[in-house]
Amino acid sequence: MKIRQLSLFLENRPGQLRFPCKVLGDAGIDIVTMSLADTAQFGILRLVVKEWERAKAVLDAAGVVVNVTEVLAVDVPDRPGGLAAVLDAFEQAGVGVEYMYASAARERGLHATLLFRLEDPDRAAKLLEAAGVKLVGPDELFARS
Amino acid sequence: MPTPVLESPIHDPAETLPVPERRALQAHRLQETVRRASAVPFYRDALGRAGATAEAVRSVDDVRRLPFTTKDDLREEYPLGLLAVPRGELARVHGSSGTTGKPTFVAYTRRDLETWSGLVARFLVAGGLRPDHLVHVAFGYGLFTGGFGLHYGIERVGAAVVPAAGGNTPRQVMLIRDLGAEVLVCTPSYALHIAEVAAAEGFRPGDLPLRLGHFGGEPWTEEMRAAIEDALGIRAFNNYGLSEVIGPGVSGECPYRTGMHVQEDHFLVECVDPDTLAHVPDGEVGELVFTTLTKEAMPVLRYRTRDLAALDRSPCPCGRTGVRMSRVVGRSDDMLIIRGVNVFPSQIEEALLRVEGTAPHYLIEVSRPGSLDEAVVKVEMRPSDFRDEMRQLQELHDRIDREIHAVTGVRMAVELVAPNTLERSAGKAKRVLDHRRTGRS
Ligand SMILES: [Zn+2]
Repeated sequence: MKIRQLSLFLENRPGQLRFPCKVLGDAGIDIVTMSLADTAQFGILRLVVKEWERAKAVLDAAGVVVNVTEVLAVDVPDRPGGLAAVLDAFEQAGVGVEYMYASAARERGLHATLLFRLEDPDRAAKLLEAAGVKLVGPDELFARS
Repeated sequence: MPTPVLESPIHDPAETLPVPERRALQAHRLQETVRRASAVPFYRDALGRAGATAEAVRSVDDVRRLPFTTKDDLREEYPLGLLAVPRGELARVHGSSGTTGKPTFVAYTRRDLETWSGLVARFLVAGGLRPDHLVHVAFGYGLFTGGFGLHYGIERVGAAVVPAAGGNTPRQVMLIRDLGAEVLVCTPSYALHIAEVAAAEGFRPGDLPLRLGHFGGEPWTEEMRAAIEDALGIRAFNNYGLSEVIGPGVSGECPYRTGMHVQEDHFLVECVDPDTLAHVPDGEVGELVFTTLTKEAMPVLRYRTRDLAALDRSPCPCGRTGVRMSRVVGRSDDMLIIRGVNVFPSQIEEALLRVEGTAPHYLIEVSRPGSLDEAVVKVEMRPSDFRDEMRQLQELHDRIDREIHAVTGVRMAVELVAPNTLERSAGKAKRVLDHRRTGRS
């Protein structure tokens, strides 16, 4: 159920975001979701793409610093209190959240899909499924986008 | 009382000559050197302009009356314009590969070569070399003084030499292991490279027979010494020299490793402010200036090395009386003054080496946007050190910031940059961009 996410190191100066996006675009690789975290000095661009191995290879070749991590995609009911209920399940299961962001894949009125970076993704996946949280696998996530 | 890292004898009684006796010897030899140098048109003119004569040199302090010699002077006298003996008396020629253009040549008589190998033997013995050792020499042989200089010094001690020269590191590791070399001679950076290759081949520290290392030919840091010693399981010693003066053997460490004893019976050392050329007090960093006292083929008067170091005349427990010079902390041509503080690129390197997770690829940019200097240190990220966490990046950034401040005493802005983005000119990294000099702010 785990999703491979690419994390890219970015210097914080103009043009830094455009370059890796162009590299992926030129290679015909679609970006499924992305999130940018940054400070005044540097940033991390997090991407989920369909062909992560090929994406990593072209980024490596272009001199971009890339790290591969595992995240979980979780369907959160698209209604007030929906996210709170999921976070509650995390807390009950004792799963720590390092960070999270929303994916573009959303089925309006049904659910939004959020990506979570958790301390121990394998253990977290088991606990969450046992708690009735709907995890979205890569195939399903890519089919929606 | 410091403890020596090993026990070793003193190779030559001249190393322990009482200071007053040696000063008398130096004064006598200085006068002879000036007399010999007067045979060279270049020095005859320079001495004439300075109003200095051999007869006027009566004490060591009279060296201050003599003119300085620079690398440019040597270049202008290409190829052998500074010879003080007839060509037929030469026994060997070496050279330094000028980073810009032509090499500069240095020449030796038979007696110069004897002197030289004796000086190399002094620091090798001080650093534990024994006649029953086998020494792996991974210095380049050729015009460069490192290979042949160490080679004949080792033979002078009576030890065995494996003249491996440079290149093909896996093969060097094999030679060291199979022949059982106890001692390694090369540049410190090549020693680290040998250690890396050995580790990649599955050797652990101490697996190779090596016990001692004698490293020189380039400036290095205490941090690098610790890294080499850990990686190879050896004791590492620093030595110093430059071809214009004689080659390796100008100075070297004793078992106490609190500086390198200058072989003062053969070289007169001064430490000067690179701008005013006035002597700096002992303990302060300045440019080293050497005058040879016994060289026949090519004596040199007050040679400006551009190497920055400090001198220490306090007594050394080893019994050697030669003044000790510190590690070379930088070159006078790349010293930066930031908000009144002297900063050397080597200090940034030292700070970066203290921080795990940064390759020593960096660029210091200095500007003066208003009335105050501002310095930015750009440090390349290594892909292997990058995780998916802002916190980890922030910690790396902050550690670099703290270490640079701790080493230099100056606050500089730290920027983490992508790998291979800093300019490298002809393989050699560019370390400093001073916009105050280029006029941009
Ligand atoms: Zn000593």
